[in-house]
Amino acid sequence: MTEITHYRQTWTHRTPRARLLLWTGWAALVALFLWCWQVMTENTIWAFVWDAPRQAADIGSRMMPPRLSYLPELMVPLWDTLNIATLGTIAGVIMAVPVAFLAARNTTPSTRLLRPIALFIIVASRSINSLIWALLLVAIIGPGLLAGIVAIALRSIGFVGKLLYEAIEETDARQIEAIEATGASATQVLSYGIVPQIMPAFWGISVFRWDINIRESTILGLVGAGGIGLKLQASLNVLAWPQVTVILLLILGTVVVSEWVSASVRKAII
Amino acid sequence: MSDKTYPTTWRRPPQIVADRRWRIALQLGILAYLVLAMGSVEVDWQRVSVGLERGQRFIMGFLQPDFTSRWNDISRGLVESLTMTLTSTVVGVLVSVPIGIGAARNLAPAWIYYICRSIIAVSRALQEVIIAIFLVAMFGFGPFAGFLTLSFATIGFLAKLLADDIEEIDEAQAEAIRATGASWWQLVNYAVQPQVMPRLIGLSLYRLDINFRESAVIGIVGAGGIGATLNTAIDRYEYDSAGAILLIIIGIVMIAEYGSSYLRKFLQ
Amino acid sequence: MLKLEGLSKTYKTGDAALSDVTLTIPKGQIVGLIGPSGAGKSTLIRCINRLVEPTAGKVLLGDINLARLGKTELRRQRRRIGMIFQEYALVERLTVMENVLSGRLGYVPFWRSFLRRYPGRDVQQAYRLLDRVGLMHQADKRADALSGGQRQRVGIARALAQEPELLLVDEPTASLDPKTSRQIMRLLTEVCAERDLPAIVNIHDVPLAQQFMQRIIGLRAGSVVFDGAPSELTESVLTTIYGAEDWHAMRRGDEEQSEAEADARDRMAALAE
Repeated sequence: MTEITHYRQTWTHRTPRARLLLWTGWAALVALFLWCWQVMTENTIWAFVWDAPRQAADIGSRMMPPRLSYLPELMVPLWDTLNIATLGTIAGVIMAVPVAFLAARNTTPSTRLLRPIALFIIVASRSINSLIWALLLVAIIGPGLLAGIVAIALRSIGFVGKLLYEAIEETDARQIEAIEATGASATQVLSYGIVPQIMPAFWGISVFRWDINIRESTILGLVGAGGIGLKLQASLNVLAWPQVTVILLLILGTVVVSEWVSASVRKAII
Repeated sequence: MSDKTYPTTWRRPPQIVADRRWRIALQLGILAYLVLAMGSVEVDWQRVSVGLERGQRFIMGFLQPDFTSRWNDISRGLVESLTMTLTSTVVGVLVSVPIGIGAARNLAPAWIYYICRSIIAVSRALQEVIIAIFLVAMFGFGPFAGFLTLSFATIGFLAKLLADDIEEIDEAQAEAIRATGASWWQLVNYAVQPQVMPRLIGLSLYRLDINFRESAVIGIVGAGGIGATLNTAIDRYEYDSAGAILLIIIGIVMIAEYGSSYLRKFLQ
Repeated sequence: MLKLEGLSKTYKTGDAALSDVTLTIPKGQIVGLIGPSGAGKSTLIRCINRLVEPTAGKVLLGDINLARLGKTELRRQRRRIGMIFQEYALVERLTVMENVLSGRLGYVPFWRSFLRRYPGRDVQQAYRLLDRVGLMHQADKRADALSGGQRQRVGIARALAQEPELLLVDEPTASLDPKTSRQIMRLLTEVCAERDLPAIVNIHDVPLAQQFMQRIIGLRAGSVVFDGAPSELTESVLTTIYGAEDWHAMRRGDEEQSEAEADARDRMAALAE
């Protein structure tokens, strides 16, 4: 029997080549970071940056104490904000459902034409934040709640559409096959084989998006699309910091409540 | 077969709300809300019909984008956005790791846990745009405020997911490492890091994508980047330039999505 | 009566799953289809109702060639063929009653199925079938609340709700324990006898096939290598079907593996406590 008499003195985790590649990768990342930092801060006025703590303290002291008497005035804008989020979510979900069925590999009528279009709608809607949609819509159809609702709806299509089409693609093919075997028509296969399987995902996604939309609709007013953001913009313009505090606290409270509602609804579904 | 008679009707039993009265109340409530909510939307149809013409111009601008006439502004905004995205993601990830570990109940002592969790909660509850407003007021206009905003937002996102991940790690593996007499640092290095590392990389790439999209938004409140350019273009009713900017954003997001899924496959 | 003539299927990858299968199955006969995995059993029964498109050959149910039908006509003909699946393939989130009624989908217009307003006769028949398979009181339960054996009973009721002229049965007992398997097989043979219904049953369990089938067809690499009565199924025939490997040892290996798995499960359970 031969015995192994010498072992390597050092133990290494990876092959030398892989290690080299890894270190080059990290070095490149660091270099890229430094270069980006250089470019980004080219025009930064550092005096402002060093002055920031003093500014922060100044703003902080102005924000206190919050002007609580401002609260009643905020109730109507808050109601508007809730409506923007809810109606926008409903409209967005209604538009997202057909897009999702066109985008899912197992339900799309044509992989060549309709599926790419549906995927483009999804990616376009996802890439563009609701605030940008609102900016555009305020310019197009004028300031107000409608612009906000449409903005929220347009942004929701991509989010709901993407998650829903993934859920459709993950459905159990055997259940669908079984319905097909009974001689069911295409629409019947959809309503018996696919829809029951994606229902929980559908409600979960919708409520989840509603929660995000509440958060997003609080700031749409900054560009004139209605809701509590309008009050925030107005208060910031006249530097009424105590009012800003009240608005922020109210937004925070709303967000926490909506998150709780959405989490408990999702738990109830599952 | 027996001659028993069977019922000829069948109703699907209600799945969620079993009580009929509650069901009706719920439906009425939803209906009432929808009526009230729709009623609160005041639409100036005249303004909308005027706007439709502009909408048409916007769609035309989207179909025939103009990249050239504002190319200087666009490229400056793009460079700001991209550099801001990368630096803020790197810094955000670096800061999230210690905060994420601190916010994991199975690794951190209680007082650190509460501090880290509250940092996460504040970062998550506040919109990027609102943070940007404050940071612009403190640090002046420009991409530096944007960089800080995105870094802060990254912390809330990554640290939370990281902490939740660490809390869910396989206790058996941690136990085995602990049994060898390892120190806390060794425990993190050997038991925690290998388990959460792939997901951390995936989440960082995902956050890179989000940060780019957000960088287009916070420019609207003065934090630099492509958003500022877009805002100007829309204010000037230059819809063909605006269309070009939006197409660039969509294109970069698509590239980032494909790139990150490719990179994730490569790293695994 | 079902007649297959020269039925072949070649998949896109070039694998010939079926080559030139010719069979006749008379009314009321229950045929067991045996063979090693990959022999084309599943492809064969799916070619009959064209869940898999055959590349060549005829499928004659009565005097209609199913292999040549357009979409609409195929749907109409599929009603005549009931199918029972390996993992039950019930729509898990629908109630038992909806699953049984889904056997009527080919007969009712879309709006009726969508609103669940099936004709009284269909509902009555669905209840009768549920009673026949012993699940009368589970009608309003969701399918995923049932046990494996109960789910397969619902699967049988769904197939019978089609009032089929032929049953296709794909590994009906593969995910059931031995006792439940026998109950399901007994139920299947009984309902076929009551209706004088022919059936093709894919089955990997040879003793079970011998016990319940009237005729056995052995499939190997897409071709029929045995066709005869269960009593003719000798050791040498089994070797032809399952190949040179000792099929006894194969089965023993299976048992060992399932025993080992059960043992591992028990130990895991003990650890978890």
